[in-house]
Amino acid sequence: MPRLANKVALITGAAGGQGTAEAELFVREGAGVVLTDIDAEAGEALAKRLTGRGGKAIFRVQDVASEESWQDTVAAALSTFGGLHILVNNAGTIARQGIVATTIDAWNRTLAVNLTGPMLGMKHCAPAMRDAGGGSIVNISSTAGLTAHDDAAYTATKWGLRGLTKTAVLQFSDWKIRVNSIHPGQIADTGFFRSGGEAFAQAAAAAIPMHRQGTPRECAELVLFLASDEASFISGAEIAIDGGYIAAGLAGMRNRIRDELMRRNS
Amino acid sequence: MPRLAGKIALITGGAAGQGAAEAELFVREGAAVMLTDIDAAGGEALAKRLAERGGRALFRAQDVADEPSWQEIVAAAVSAFGGLHILVNNAGTIARQGIVDTTLEAWNRTLAVNLTGALLGMKHCAAAIRDTVAKQEGGGSIINISSTAGMTAYDDAAYTASKWALRGLTKTAVLQFSAWNIRVNSIHPGTIADTSFARLGGEGFEEAATAAIPLGRLGLPRDTAELVLFLASDDSSFINGAEIAIDGGYIAAGTGHLRNRIRNDYVARRN
Repeated sequence: MPRLANKVALITGAAGGQGTAEAELFVREGAGVVLTDIDAEAGEALAKRLTGRGGKAIFRVQDVASEESWQDTVAAALSTFGGLHILVNNAGTIARQGIVATTIDAWNRTLAVNLTGPMLGMKHCAPAMRDAGGGSIVNISSTAGLTAHDDAAYTATKWGLRGLTKTAVLQFSDWKIRVNSIHPGQIADTGFFRSGGEAFAQAAAAAIPMHRQGTPRECAELVLFLASDEASFISGAEIAIDGGYIAAGLAGMRNRIRDELMRRNS
Repeated sequence: MPRLAGKIALITGGAAGQGAAEAELFVREGAAVMLTDIDAAGGEALAKRLAERGGRALFRAQDVADEPSWQEIVAAAVSAFGGLHILVNNAGTIARQGIVDTTLEAWNRTLAVNLTGALLGMKHCAAAIRDTVAKQEGGGSIINISSTAGMTAYDDAAYTASKWALRGLTKTAVLQFSAWNIRVNSIHPGTIADTSFARLGGEGFEEAATAAIPLGRLGLPRDTAELVLFLASDDSSFINGAEIAIDGGYIAAGTGHLRNRIRNDYVARRN
């Protein structure tokens, strides 16, 4: 049996990268999916491609920071698919500004998308999920929510989302809704990754014990697992998916520096 | 395609509870499994049952704290199944002694099984996993079964120390095995029903545990087996060094959950 048979999922930021990979995998595993994104053209094209293959998918343009948009999107999910079981708060943005360089506009926008967006998503989706008998919320945080990252607003929002996930566990467990955060490291083929540039990619791969970037598909497999009933006792977990960056990236780089010094001195 | 097609796994503490659930799920998903346990009768019976259903399963009696046993068992797995991809360090023990009550004998035994056992498992399996995955698609995976006692306070001194230590040892393994294409992760089960751990908790143990779990129920061995399966399979190919609570929300929100209940009881009493 498909792993998401008879489930309905809402995925934000679905028009590219990880969101698209999640949409494709969810549809393949039998879910009906409501996809949202600010990029209407790419989102429409994705929904069309998925339905063309026989999948159940609709697309709605959405700015996740807009509260009205959430009411519309949840209503669309219920009227099209008859319920809602899964929310993936995947939409995110990054300004790449350090603390001193941070503009208040970019700060506010990053907070609105990365933190207010998931809060609104949970606020408006959780009652619908309760009415469907329970479900699963997956908040896409980042390794920047587990350690330091250059961008001030991005780092603050991803730590904030990690914490907000715990509040959601406290308040939604009675509704049989599980809530977890995942913490991707460097994932290739995403807008985030492309915007970092070549040197960023090189340094990231060097810092990852597995010495490669992840793929959107690898993130999607973890989100699928958490969304499915296979994970029915997992709630409030914070799962790094980073090739070992958080666990051992620092020690790995230290060892490399030591080895280089030894080579130079011998 | 089965999720562990072509894979060979070694599961310690495989005779009962979570280990037995992992063995059943692994075999169902196409893996060949080497099961070990100190309980020879229970382990033999499980391997026989799995083999009768067409699964590939062998059992060896093992004390995981005994180093020579690891050399024999890895050799047996490689000769029976042709290699090794997955190690599940599942065997564990608990003495239920607080710091002041701790006997040195029980302390040493808990450390030997829960921590030294996992160390020896990695020490002796990693090279075999490296050699096996070097020739194939996909990678190797080690799953260390820690506990929520490896993330917060727990009554038993030795158990708590060993489970925190296993969480840390997992990071050393990430540092040293990533270059061999072996991923290493720890999982942190909360209270899981139908295990000797839960049964031996004494009066009120399961009830108090349930009250502290936001989802309002204990876990099942099958729940943890699904997570171990996911981490063992190539579906999790970028997850390395993660520490995953599987506890119904106990670590994330158990404190707030119980505090709210106390507050509500207090309000109800006053009205």
